[in-house]
Amino acid sequence: MERNPLRRQLQLMRKSLFDQGYLDEQFVQLEELQDDTNPNFVEEVVTLYYRDSARLVLNIEQALERKPYNFHKLDAYMHQFKGSSSSIGAKKVKAESTLFREYCKSGNGEGCMRCFQQLKKEYATLRKKLEAYFQVARQAGPMETACRPK
Amino acid sequence: MTVERIVSETKDQFPIGMRVLAVDDDPTCLLLLETLLRRCQYHVTTTSQAITALKMLRENKNKFDLVISDVHMPDMDGFKLLELVGLEMDLPVIMLSANGDTKLVMKGITHGACDYLLKPVRIEELKNIWQHVVRRKKFDRKVRNNSDSQDKPHADSGEAAGIGKADNSAKINKKRKDQNEDEDEDLDENGQDNDDPSAQKKPRVVWSVELHRKFVAAVNQLGIEKAVPKKILELMNVEKLTRENVASHLQKFRLYLKRISCVANQQANMAAAVGTADSSYLRMGSLNGLGNFHALAGTDQLHNAAFRSFPPSRVLGRLNTPAGLGIRGLPSPGTIQLGHVQNSGHSSNDQSKLQSFIPGNHNTNILQGMPMSLDLDQLQNNKGVSHIGELPTANRTAVFPVSGSLIDSRIAGFSNNPLLGVTSNSLMLEGSSQQANLHASNLRDGVSAAGFQNGNTLSNFASIDPVSSQLRDSKADLQGQAAPINCNAGPMIRSVPQEWSAPRKDAPYQSHLMSSSVNSSIPVNGAMVQLDQCLDRNNSIFHRTMDSDSIGPLNFVDPLSIKHSEGLNSAAMEPPVIEKEGYLMYQLRPHGNHIPDNIGSLEDLASAMMKQDQDKGKPTAGNFRHNSYSHRTCI
Repeated sequence: MERNPLRRQLQLMRKSLFDQGYLDEQFVQLEELQDDTNPNFVEEVVTLYYRDSARLVLNIEQALERKPYNFHKLDAYMHQFKGSSSSIGAKKVKAESTLFREYCKSGNGEGCMRCFQQLKKEYATLRKKLEAYFQVARQAGPMETACRPK
Repeated sequence: MTVERIVSETKDQFPIGMRVLAVDDDPTCLLLLETLLRRCQYHVTTTSQAITALKMLRENKNKFDLVISDVHMPDMDGFKLLELVGLEMDLPVIMLSANGDTKLVMKGITHGACDYLLKPVRIEELKNIWQHVVRRKKFDRKVRNNSDSQDKPHADSGEAAGIGKADNSAKINKKRKDQNEDEDEDLDENGQDNDDPSAQKKPRVVWSVELHRKFVAAVNQLGIEKAVPKKILELMNVEKLTRENVASHLQKFRLYLKRISCVANQQANMAAAVGTADSSYLRMGSLNGLGNFHALAGTDQLHNAAFRSFPPSRVLGRLNTPAGLGIRGLPSPGTIQLGHVQNSGHSSNDQSKLQSFIPGNHNTNILQGMPMSLDLDQLQNNKGVSHIGELPTANRTAVFPVSGSLIDSRIAGFSNNPLLGVTSNSLMLEGSSQQANLHASNLRDGVSAAGFQNGNTLSNFASIDPVSSQLRDSKADLQGQAAPINCNAGPMIRSVPQEWSAPRKDAPYQSHLMSSSVNSSIPVNGAMVQLDQCLDRNNSIFHRTMDSDSIGPLNFVDPLSIKHSEGLNSAAMEPPVIEKEGYLMYQLRPHGNHIPDNIGSLEDLASAMMKQDQDKGKPTAGNFRHNSYSHRTCI
């Protein structure tokens, strides 16, 4: 009984993440992969993502401190970052990544820098939201969190 | 015993339990991939390092059924891994990348990938990957059976020996290639084997561009369906080449064709492209660039249409047609639709257009392909050369496939390397959406070598330009020479990779080959014809995902050498050897060919392509980027 409000809250949180464009279809794919044999799959993947991508973000940051910019390298890092981000369905982050790569391709250093700042913001925001989401999910109980329809 | 039972049960339930090796340096993606694959009920092994993957594969070749690998990896390039796996283990490999660039996709396919998936990968896509395993088994069997039925039983042993030795020989061959530019010398290696092929280990025959061209010409003459090693051998009239050599080469060739068509067919939408509504193209376009590539590859229709229909001159004309050139407008990156490659016969208008393209006129690369189109008549189904012309009607994309084919044929013609043939397929592609600016001016001759600028693929295609000029001269030669290359590219590619890396450093001989090949009559015709044949078989030959821009210069650069080149050197007809990624690429650039006005769009494409090239280097006419693959040991 007490779970229901939690579940409802969870559902709302989830919905808002999608509605606000933080997450996309891919996240649903992750949820669908979560089941009894893999009860915390989504959280595991997201955790892994944040852990691994932190390294990439750092690399990019360092690369942006060295002038002139090595666009090729920046692009390579971002390509990787984008791949990861898209794997968990991080929609806004992915969009910023794409933009960043465009700037790299056109050699726009300013654009890259600006874009990267925005990207970090989105990245951090999403992380906070997901952490909160998972916290509620854990409290609400492992069942059904992944299967909720959009 | 229990284990055996389990194993056999698993096999019976194929695709359940299919053993997949997943390679990706990104842990998030790898975990996701693994979970997805497990959900599909495959048996999954993962590793984040390509080197480890290779080790595992080499330890036991029968341990896995399929390999899925990321393209960008720190310890080894995904394409390299792809080549090695294909060559050494002959396992189907699926590439995975977050980057859906047409060029990359093309590169993947030309390197022999069965499929190219975009990240984030979805389970639906993974559910179907088992087909690659089945297909490969079936095709290999079929091809082998076919060749067996036609050839003596020796062929198999010869082939097996050849294949078996592929890994070892490749390296040896590479060295040999460096030393022997002359194909005849290569043949000497096999001279001794004539007596007892099945019993002795034969030195591999290096299928140089020249040799391959002859092979293709012979096959074209006979008709791919009827080509028997014995007759091919007779037609080729090369000393010291044995029937077994030809047989295995033929087998690989056929395998390649089939593979291409499989790839092409995979993209169902593509099929639509050729003769169907444009919407299919659009759909293709939506395939994240992947589709396009396949789309071009062709649906049978496409092939038929494109190739058949192009009468040599007409083809060119078609290319000119804005529709074709219209690729620019293609929604999807490079879905080049043959558009309506309808069999409407050759429109006379096209002819005129073609004229302009005709390589004789120094047309753009595409045109180069055109000259080959002269032989199109020979193409089996002259359904209507008009396709090219029609392409314009079709979604702009249409053109390319045709052109692609032409190019392919062209490329095949002059590309000594079998790779070139391959490139042609890739050439077609280029439609990377990025190139949007095709400037007519750049299109110098219509096909500015740039062809596919975005990156890598461009370099792959040697600009046809130089070829075109040659084509002019050697239209006759076109017959069937070039074409096969395209077709061959497939199997060639596999074998080539090994060679390619080697040649990288030794550009010289490449260029040598290239120039020679280029200078010699460009077997465009042959290519065309071949294309036709190939097309019939493989819709996929023209996978060209052409971005609107990409049509540009058909750079027939070895697709393997994806690096787009540092620009095509303007050396007229000089075959600068550009090593990209270790591949020598010859970029044939049209020498100051004039592109007739109608080619406009084509020019635009070319220019767009050129432009992109310019980022890397200036595409110049007459650059030959020769792929080091010119010598491919297909056997």
